[in-house]
Amino acid sequence: MMKRDIVIIGGGPAGLAAAISCFENGNRDILILERETYLGGILNQCIHNGFGLHTFKEELTGPEYAGRYVDKVRDLGIDYRLDTMVIDINQEKVVSAINEKDGLLQIQAKAVILAMGCRERSRGALNIPGYRPAGIFSAGTAQRYVNIEGYMPGKQVVILGSGDIGLIMARRMTLEGAKVKMVCEIMPYSGGLKRNIVQCLDDYGIPLKLNHTVTKIFGKERVTGVNVSEVDPATRMPIPGTEEYVACDTLLLSVGLIPENELSRKAHVKINPKTQGPEVDESLSTSIPGIFAAGNVLHVHDLVDFVSQEAALAGKFAVKYIAGLSQDGSAVAVEPQNGVRYSVPSRIHPGNAEDITVIRFRTDNVYRDVFLSVYLDEERVMHLKKRILTPGEMEQVNIPKKWITDRPGLSRIRILVEKE
Amino acid sequence: MKETRQLTCISCPMGCPLTVEMEDGVITNVLGYTCRRGEEYARKEVTNPRRTLTSVIPVLHGEIDMVSVKTRTDIPKAMVRECILALKNLEIEAPVVIGQVIVHDLCGTGVDLIATKAVRRNNP
Repeated sequence: MMKRDIVIIGGGPAGLAAAISCFENGNRDILILERETYLGGILNQCIHNGFGLHTFKEELTGPEYAGRYVDKVRDLGIDYRLDTMVIDINQEKVVSAINEKDGLLQIQAKAVILAMGCRERSRGALNIPGYRPAGIFSAGTAQRYVNIEGYMPGKQVVILGSGDIGLIMARRMTLEGAKVKMVCEIMPYSGGLKRNIVQCLDDYGIPLKLNHTVTKIFGKERVTGVNVSEVDPATRMPIPGTEEYVACDTLLLSVGLIPENELSRKAHVKINPKTQGPEVDESLSTSIPGIFAAGNVLHVHDLVDFVSQEAALAGKFAVKYIAGLSQDGSAVAVEPQNGVRYSVPSRIHPGNAEDITVIRFRTDNVYRDVFLSVYLDEERVMHLKKRILTPGEMEQVNIPKKWITDRPGLSRIRILVEKE
Repeated sequence: MKETRQLTCISCPMGCPLTVEMEDGVITNVLGYTCRRGEEYARKEVTNPRRTLTSVIPVLHGEIDMVSVKTRTDIPKAMVRECILALKNLEIEAPVVIGQVIVHDLCGTGVDLIATKAVRRNNP
């Protein structure tokens, strides 16, 4: 069996940043396994600009952002295998993968970093009545057709869901000559960035219909149209009599992303039901010692810069773990409460923590003129005025290690939204 | 001549609704902003709106079929349509390097169209 100190599952932004960090923290026995024929992951199809403002202080396109990390991985001579599909990871950190050249590969790792990213929610998750005609795509699939393969998936388009990929594809399809008739959003607000609503929809006169959803798909061989209905904001149920027929040949779905954790489950990694990603501590260590996770496999991020930061930290801690420098000891729980839907990490071992632990989270609704508070047990230590908090934007608070070490017996850190 | 323009601020998730009042093409008043960035955005968006254009073009003899491209800097928003139409019949021979100029001075904007992805040549 092949042996490697660190095996990284996935060669997208998380896997690349993790690998570079492992190398820079002193461990060079690294292998990246990537199922695609190229490194860089989903960034390769995100050809629009707006990436990397935090990391590089300039606006890059997705391929350019990925390119910087790919170049670095190659310059450092970090080993990677493409076209290689990982099919199993076990608790002993044996990674099984297949590709055309090696056949079945089995690798005994000392540490594994999960960096598989996420995938899109599909039509099957939505229960929209109708036949199963051609012409229904997830927005990311359409993005791949247009930007990687060079094919147009349709001419008359309705988009369901106003997440950023849906908004980006509304503009992209329009620029390539399609007529995008509308974007429907079941919620009373969009999950996408304001910038994308203005520059992808308003610029091209594409209507955004909030509190609307698709209630029926017409067409047997190919989509011929959809019914769009208004929903009651309280129940999110369609209001009878409001349905409007919209002729189209294509329906794009941009209805959420789900961390891709089939492999994590095989290794019996504990999954957080809120994020659908592994539960991790300050070291990005999962419930299985030596298995780490970072990026969209852990929780869906809004900006790739934060994926890179998180993955670099996972790489650093993986190196530390192999060197036997991890000191778990007792942990303090991080509990999202009132208005905070989830938090990553979910516990902090002060013995391992960096001077500052970044806790990332999202709220469960849009809140205006509120306070974001952090409590150490019952003591409020942070009280930030926020003009707006929205589920579409990831938030973060920095927890100094000193807060924990100064308070022996501290049991939990609570993060919540408060009116005053 | 008086006119008003309605905008949504993109500076942060607040998305303040902005109203810009103009007379003979000169801004006379900006309303609705709640911070300085909002006012600046409104003034720029009304006087000189610009966008970065990104797309893909076919590659010949490359390891992949399409290469992503962008305007090196932003271009006037009013020229986006003309510029995207100008890309219609373009193709490029592999290899391509990131930053390689595909079109000099795209449609007289003074801005080059450059590749944003490296494409190696496909060895036959």
